[in-house]
Amino acid sequence: MTSLPITLTINGHRHELEVDPRVTLLDLLRERLDLTGTKKGCDRGQCGACTVLVDGKRINSCLALAVSHDGAQVLTIEGVAHGEELHPVQAAFIAHDGFQCGFCTPGQIMSTLGLIAEGQAGDDPERIREGLSGNICRCAAYGGIVEAVLEAQQQLAKADRRTAA
Amino acid sequence: MRDFSYLRAASVDAARQAAALPGAMLLAGGTTLIDLAKCGVAEPETLVDITHLKGLNGIEVSERSAIIGALAKMGHVADHADIKSRFPAVSEALWQAASAQIRNMATIGGNLMQRTRCPYFRDPANFPACNKREPGSGCSAIGGVTKGHAVLGTSDACIAMYPGDLAVALVAFDAVVHLGQSQVPVDDFFLLPGTTPDREHAIEPGEMITAIEIPGSASARRSTYLKIRDRQSYEFAAASAAVGIEFEADGRTIRDLRVALGGVATKPWRARAVEDALKGKVLEPDAVRAASLLAVEGATDHGANHYKIELAPRVVARAILKMGETA
Ligand SMILES: Cc1cc2nc3c(=O)[nH]c(=O)nc-3n(C[C@H](O)[C@H](O)[C@H](O)COP(=O)(O)OP(=O)(O)OC[C@H]3O[C@@H](n4cnc5c(N)ncnc54)[C@H](O)[C@@H]3O)c2cc1C
Ligand code: SF4
Ligand code: FES
Ligand code: FES
Repeated sequence: MTSLPITLTINGHRHELEVDPRVTLLDLLRERLDLTGTKKGCDRGQCGACTVLVDGKRINSCLALAVSHDGAQVLTIEGVAHGEELHPVQAAFIAHDGFQCGFCTPGQIMSTLGLIAEGQAGDDPERIREGLSGNICRCAAYGGIVEAVLEAQQQLAKADRRTAA
Repeated sequence: MRDFSYLRAASVDAARQAAALPGAMLLAGGTTLIDLAKCGVAEPETLVDITHLKGLNGIEVSERSAIIGALAKMGHVADHADIKSRFPAVSEALWQAASAQIRNMATIGGNLMQRTRCPYFRDPANFPACNKREPGSGCSAIGGVTKGHAVLGTSDACIAMYPGDLAVALVAFDAVVHLGQSQVPVDDFFLLPGTTPDREHAIEPGEMITAIEIPGSASARRSTYLKIRDRQSYEFAAASAAVGIEFEADGRTIRDLRVALGGVATKPWRARAVEDALKGKVLEPDAVRAASLLAVEGATDHGANHYKIELAPRVVARAILKMGETA
């Protein structure tokens, strides 16, 4: 198969790549670029383990063809922390035991970043659960996940107020 | 996935021409197509990517209608302020479909073209018999596990359920599919399986959905989408109903009523018998419950899906009564 040239900006780094048109964004990240933080659960859009942000919006990278996303900005779990300093969402997941085995966690965190950016959930646990329903946790750490999201939102709102002041 | 070549369409005309060639398929969000390519159901030779086309993702809402571009994302339409206020059932149907991630990827055009979730259809390796996939090969579902199969609009050839939510709201409000110049009412766009279950849509190779148009109305403005499912979110409907209502000046007599069903039929199912039975009547719970039974007139089950025949009228009645309360 002829490979096609594409450009992707991943976690702030520009990549010029030649890809087989069948390659999903998920497989490109994991197999070609060694960004294995993004997980492959179902590979069919049903679990959310592969969630990344594309142009600021959360998507399932297992159903996204890399070639179709030529020119996109991609954020994966590897690009979330600032050096050694965890992002408030990451810190909150640890503080509230928002995981057990951790397999779904990168997807949960990326999905949470998307949810917060969408600004829909507010501090209503029910709406957070609905907003994150695209991320299945086989260990059922849902209680901790919702607490982590609530806490992270508060931390981020506080930080916003500080910068605004 | 089988090998395919990739072509990025530069214009709608170029996309149509490329898609007319044998083995070619349009690619939008990919949430149906890539999934089906992975399980060996879709075997495109060429993918014609339309996601880079400009000007097809607009949402224009006026007093008369809403016109939604084929490339508008499900999530964007669900959240659009004018869609929420003038067509709540459309917004609610989209909010309750799939997940936030999928709604960010999936387009309105692709949504109308999504395929059935019949597990036999989606598993060619283990179930070679499927008339929808291979005309004349038989149906693995009839006599198999039928919990998610249709009870309305079925045929001896296929009992697959139409799984989408949006189109149920669209059919209730007489929406029209734009295929460039030509237009097809949504009700005619979706085909009954009959003896040709492989043909699901009134669209030919080389045609492309460019937009959907929903006429504005008082009943669309006062509407809702009620979806009942096995789990609370991220699941297809066990039964659902799109309902819109308009009252006379007295606030009690039903002037206009729209009812459509999802999760129970082989296509988005307009329930005109329910509408006709209640139009001109005063909204009253017993009358609503009795009329709602007409929604499943002529239904036939295949064992495990029998519950849908009882569930669907209750969903319809609940949705109508909910719209009545907000008088
Ligand atoms: C896990 C999961 C859960 C889901 N749950 C729901 C749910 O609860 N409710 C619901 O309604 N849906 C649900 N869906 C289905 C989802 O809504 C559809 O997959 C999506 O809308 C398809 O849009 P797309 O842009 O991704 O289409 P694609 O996958 O790109 O295309 C689908 C088909 O449409 C054709 N096509 C695309 N655009 C056009 C066009 N403009 N003109 C003509 N043909 C076109 C393609 O050739 C292809 O055959 C779910 C999907 C998944 C994977
Ligand atoms: S119900 Fe239809 S789609 Fe399912 S196996 Fe039978 S023919 Fe195929
Ligand atoms: S791996 Fe993508 S949704 Fe499961
Ligand atoms: S922590 Fe194990 S799957 Fe979620």
